[in-house]
Amino acid sequence: MRTGSTDLAVLLPYRAPAPIAPSGMAAPVLLGGGTLAAFAILFGASLALAQVTARPAGESAVTVLLRWAPLIFQGFLFNILISFLSMALGTIVGLLVGIAQVSLASALRKSAWGLTQFFRNAPWLVLLFYAMFLLPFEFRIFGLTIAFPAWVKAIIGLALPVAANVSEIVRGGIRSIPAGQWESAEALAFTRRQTMWMIILPQAFKRMIPPWMNLYAILTMATTLISVVGIQDGLTITRAALVAESRPELMIPMYLLLLLMFFAYCYPIARATLALERRFNVKA
Amino acid sequence: MLTMIAAFFERLNETQGLNFSVFYDAFDRSRFLTGLWTTSYICVVSILASLALGLAGVWVAGSGSRFGRLVVRGYVQFFRNTPPLVQLSFFYFAVGGLLPRVSDGFGGQSPLVSGTGWAIIAFSLFAGAFNVEIFRAGIEAVPSTTVEAAESLGYTRLQLYIHVVLPLAFRICLPALNNNLVNLVKTTTLAYAIGVPELLYAASQIWSESFNVREMMNVLLVTYVLLVAVLVFVMGRWEKAMRIPGYST
Repeated sequence: MRTGSTDLAVLLPYRAPAPIAPSGMAAPVLLGGGTLAAFAILFGASLALAQVTARPAGESAVTVLLRWAPLIFQGFLFNILISFLSMALGTIVGLLVGIAQVSLASALRKSAWGLTQFFRNAPWLVLLFYAMFLLPFEFRIFGLTIAFPAWVKAIIGLALPVAANVSEIVRGGIRSIPAGQWESAEALAFTRRQTMWMIILPQAFKRMIPPWMNLYAILTMATTLISVVGIQDGLTITRAALVAESRPELMIPMYLLLLLMFFAYCYPIARATLALERRFNVKA
Repeated sequence: MLTMIAAFFERLNETQGLNFSVFYDAFDRSRFLTGLWTTSYICVVSILASLALGLAGVWVAGSGSRFGRLVVRGYVQFFRNTPPLVQLSFFYFAVGGLLPRVSDGFGGQSPLVSGTGWAIIAFSLFAGAFNVEIFRAGIEAVPSTTVEAAESLGYTRLQLYIHVVLPLAFRICLPALNNNLVNLVKTTTLAYAIGVPELLYAASQIWSESFNVREMMNVLLVTYVLLVAVLVFVMGRWEKAMRIPGYST
């Protein structure tokens, strides 16, 4: 009997109801559009205010903003580039440390745990300073000189906390797999390495994706820290533009423009994370 | 004891060249301690303010007002999805630049809100946005039957929150809250960027004058890890003290 042709509730395919949000905060897709609209209104208002309060001699606020916008956007793209590279480096290192955290060798496990906790609990900015000041500007190895420009050091500095956080995500993901999986793999004579690579990690991987994406969004926002240590990123350029124009009424629109760029990039990531979380049904 | 420590580090400097000036130089030490005090002050005030903001936000979001809900949503999404450093710059340079300056009583002019003040405002708003979400998740985890039972007993919404929902929700969201507050402590380093004399700023002053970047950097890292450890310890104790036997999350 086809299940579709019955009206008996038990035989009908189960459809999960849409999640109910009692406080009315979750779910709606319109949310982002609304915030973006509010953002745009605020931006427009501040721009209009700047236009009105500007000294009569100067150019219009919109012209000035349009002149600088491409440059600020370039700086923002540099932020994104840095975030990609640090995320890649941090993920690779973090994956290894995370697997070491569930290793059977107690020395390895404990040192990996200590490393993770230390770098997870240290402020990002301090770690960035650490990398900027204490890494050599070039590296000599077998007569080969590898230069370490500031931006490479910044990537390493940002990758440190990322690696520690990825390590925790990996550990959490592996731990979330029921012990029965380990036991049945053992019963089927899988070695520990085989169990890890062929059974546990493929399952844990799915659960690691949402927190990993969340971390990426956090990292993207943290990339602005590199402006503090003197690398030309979006924030540095915004500030330089304001200094060059020396028009205080332009400050709010300029900063809002930069905030808007970050929001437009990070918000979709946050939504996708939420959607994936709901789909995999794992708690953050 | 203190003099012994000072003597030890002084000898370390002379023999090994490891210059931990904060431990034996009175001036450097006072600067470092002032930085530590400022950081702690910013942390404590921001934590309290962000908790209040989170509660207020979740109260408004749960109320019937559609407008209030939209405002809270916008606030949360805005602060969660933009870089905290840019938020701080925005507040300090853009908003702070527009505010009127007040006479400071010595014939000079000082800004209405100081750098420390802006740092506290920015960090409270930033952490508050996360707290709203955390409290919401906690409140949603309170069984609806409990809420209905309280409603049928004639509780008003405020009473319901104070006596039934919040005590339960708070216990549920403590771990997440813990994470967020630790994050807030780490975020306070950003105040360096607007020249607030907090720990990182004090340390950078010391290492640029005593030329001991390596040593100060390590002292700084350890200090922050200790600060976080203190917070985690206090929250852990609190969590344990508030645990209801048989009611696990």
